[in-house]
Amino acid sequence: MLYRTAGQFKTSYHADHALFPVRQDAWLLGVILVCAFVVIPAVASEFAINALLIPVLIYALAALGLNILTGYAGQLSLGTGAFMGVGAYACYKIITIFPDLNLVVAIALSGFFSAAVGVAFGLPSLRIKGFYLAIATLAAQFFLVWLFEKWSWLYNYNASGAIQVANVDMFGITVAGPNAAPVTQYYFVLGVVAVVTWFAINITRGRIGRVWKSVRDMDIAAELVGIDLMKAKLSAFAVSSYIVGIAGALFVFLWRGAAEPNLFDIPLSFRVLFIAIIGGLGSIMGNYLGAILIVALPVMLGTLPGAFGLTIASATVEHLNVMIIGALIIFFLIVEPHGLARLWAIIREKLIMWPFPH
Amino acid sequence: MELLNVLFIKPFADMFAAPDFLLQVLWEGLVSGVLYALIALGFVLIYKSSRIFNFAQGIMVVFAALTLVGLHEAGVPALLAVPLTLLVMFGLAVAIERVVLRPLVNQPDIILFMATIGITLFLVGFGELIFGGENKVMITEQLFIPTGSFELEPFGGFLLIEQKDLTAVIGAVVLVGLLLLFLNKSKMGRAIRALGDDHQAALSVGISLSTIWVLVWFIAGIIALATGIVWGARAGVSFALEVIAYKALPVLMLGGLESVLGAILGGLAIGILEKLFEIYWGQPLLGGNTETWFAFVFALIVLLFRPQGLFGERIIERV
Repeated sequence: MLYRTAGQFKTSYHADHALFPVRQDAWLLGVILVCAFVVIPAVASEFAINALLIPVLIYALAALGLNILTGYAGQLSLGTGAFMGVGAYACYKIITIFPDLNLVVAIALSGFFSAAVGVAFGLPSLRIKGFYLAIATLAAQFFLVWLFEKWSWLYNYNASGAIQVANVDMFGITVAGPNAAPVTQYYFVLGVVAVVTWFAINITRGRIGRVWKSVRDMDIAAELVGIDLMKAKLSAFAVSSYIVGIAGALFVFLWRGAAEPNLFDIPLSFRVLFIAIIGGLGSIMGNYLGAILIVALPVMLGTLPGAFGLTIASATVEHLNVMIIGALIIFFLIVEPHGLARLWAIIREKLIMWPFPH
Repeated sequence: MELLNVLFIKPFADMFAAPDFLLQVLWEGLVSGVLYALIALGFVLIYKSSRIFNFAQGIMVVFAALTLVGLHEAGVPALLAVPLTLLVMFGLAVAIERVVLRPLVNQPDIILFMATIGITLFLVGFGELIFGGENKVMITEQLFIPTGSFELEPFGGFLLIEQKDLTAVIGAVVLVGLLLLFLNKSKMGRAIRALGDDHQAALSVGISLSTIWVLVWFIAGIIALATGIVWGARAGVSFALEVIAYKALPVLMLGGLESVLGAILGGLAIGILEKLFEIYWGQPLLGGNTETWFAFVFALIVLLFRPQGLFGERIIERV
């Protein structure tokens, strides 16, 4: 019906490798972007923006960073939360030292700190592989969170040990801190996420992306055809940690407003990993689908008992939530181990063929 | 010079100045090492027989301990509660095999790993729902575990050994001994090892995959119960126990994912070394609480020299 590829002929390799070989995909993206930039901010309530939209975008960004490392370059990492923390603390220190700096610049700079830390902890990946590497990244996780707690310079010797975001102005508009309007914050996050996603799509399609994929599929074979493993793996760690660091800075500055060291502890790492895996490893779009699922689910489950007129203690609801999310993760893994992105790909195939079975 | 002194001379001088305190530290380290080794053993068994990196081992410890205490609170006599808990763990093993593992056969490692994290979340929610989130006291006396303590006086100093710690060590040694005997001498044990070597070959000589998986998860459940009793007697039963599961991970790295011996020796080594580091380097120099990361960093350094751990199977890669 609507989704037909008939009549869209390619006459050059260039056209064949275009970002949207099917015209409808470009239309779909256009509709989504219009929704994200125009429709949603116009209709969404403050609660929806704060509890759903901003976290979805930030988690999707973090998962995107992890996906570059795990899905594209094949290096399993369990330290995402700590790298987000590095980005957040770096941004906090930059804002403290240069209070007049533009927040976009500060966030962009803070990514470099997490990239450097990521490369340092990525060095063992040259020797260690598979689950051994995954546990090795846990070393980063636990060490960095410990450091956030003990190194009081990081949180300006604050007695509470937490970092608190003050009001930050940009071109006369408050974008971060207690006085910022949720819509402004939403636009800020959306802008950053859109730019980084555009960058990620292109880098994974290009030469570096192909190098990463070959390392993921078999690193020894990649080395034999002349790929420098050190460069490939470390660049994956650098790009991935950069994006994760930015996500961490956004996480604290544009959403939470304050952060304690244990916010970046291992549950955060796992949540991001869930999003990347449920969304689909090795896919950009999957991160968004996964983030929507993981962020929206608890919110929806929280409203369900009320909708059915049941009164359940909030603690019970929380326990049920955890249980249901665990069960759903298993369910999704069984139904589609390659993630929601693959599910969408299958639906797309079917739509193109419809009404014929194959 | 000052730095060298603080790093390399003063800690050792402190050790020799108070040998009784050193012994106490070593003993404490040994006891926690035994527990790390037990958890790591649960991991290793499952990894060996199914190549599943079972993240749920930690929560199984909590779940087993909570079930035991919960049953006792519900009025079941302590000695009857133990077999009942084992029955629950068996049911859990069957359920996990049926619901989670069977549909995921032949999936990539990371998918199975994620599935075990899913199991972890499910059990956390389920456990809190049934038993509540508050801290509980392990039924130590009802299980006839002695709670007194010995006071020794080595080098004219003072050394306190809690009887329940001693019981824990002895119990763990017996458990590990039985397990090794089972793995090496019984028919089922040989089947587990065969499955670990080569799935398809084992299947082709008539070893039932699903039976062995249930068995292995059940054994992991028994180990979890033992760990839960012992650790619960030391620190109370709560979901905070789950964090000790993270401690088993560097043990696995150090010992090698497939090695029973590695899990035991790695556990002991990490338990002792992290205590020593915390007392003599961490607290005076780094502000303490280094136990959260020391084991990981230590294992990471060892792994740089031996990527498969100290006792793991050599990794042979072919293109």
